[in-house]
Amino acid sequence: MRCSDVAAPLDEVAGGHVTLEGRDRVHVEHCLRCQAELVQYRRILRTMRAMRTEVLEPAPGMVSDILAHIEEAGERAAIRSILRNHRMAYLGGLAAATAAGAAGAIIVTARTRRGRVRLAS
Amino acid sequence: MSDLPSPTSAPALEELAAAARDGDRASFDELVRRTHAGTYTLALRLTANEEDARDVTQEAYLRAYRGLKNFRGDAQFTTWLYRITANCASTFLTTRARHRHDELVEGHDVADRRIDADVEQRVGAAELRDRVQDAVATLPPRLRAVVVLRDVYDLPHEAIAAELGISVSAAKVRLHRARLKLRSELFPETVGVGVHEV
Repeated sequence: MRCSDVAAPLDEVAGGHVTLEGRDRVHVEHCLRCQAELVQYRRILRTMRAMRTEVLEPAPGMVSDILAHIEEAGERAAIRSILRNHRMAYLGGLAAATAAGAAGAIIVTARTRRGRVRLAS
Repeated sequence: MSDLPSPTSAPALEELAAAARDGDRASFDELVRRTHAGTYTLALRLTANEEDARDVTQEAYLRAYRGLKNFRGDAQFTTWLYRITANCASTFLTTRARHRHDELVEGHDVADRRIDADVEQRVGAAELRDRVQDAVATLPPRLRAVVVLRDVYDLPHEAIAAELGISVSAAKVRLHRARLKLRSELFPETVGVGVHEV
């Protein structure tokens, strides 16, 4: 059996998510190359896990920058909201005026027709 | 995923998050103070650039602030925040890749960072950590994101796939490729050595 014939990815074996079985296991137990690969993956993964607890300190002022960014976004949203409300009020007024005009025109037209009918009779 | 070390004084992050969700802005500010270094660290590992990491961190907190109502508390606050950060970094890097071509700056270090076989035998844990960090930083962004989220922050494949907008199988393939690249970068003398038959 060749190293390339091992079905299980050795990085996953090193991570403990996959277990070697059968011929794969026998091969790796007797193959120095595969064992070296496993050791290397284990070292990399152990180092990566250790990085989890490390904190890289940002430059001073980051907290205030974050909070200012949120404030600015909030203000922009508020301004957009006000503009949207103004636009809605304007459009609402326009719609109301249009509706009133149309209603007025209908009433005038109806009265005019009624007057003509009376004159005709 | 474990919380980053934080002052022992109460309230816990989840309590602050609950208060912030109910509209308490002071609680959200306190959340930012307590978690910003960890979030920045993740952003820096994903972007490999300090300026980009600052932008990603700011955007992540803005999204977190707007999306607090979606935080139900069934996961740790930091896990939720890290997923948002990963998503922001992914969006940021994708957008930047569309608009910018990386240029080789004069004097930029393009030297082979791989370590010699004999030196590798003597490297201590601290040096290996530095080498790993350098190697991670030189990975292509799409591989770097997966390996950082999985192997450093222990996010499940499903969460990684969801935040990066890829399938779970694609996330697994990328993870395998990233690890292979890391190994070939850190232990070049053994990668590609002739096949053994046992």
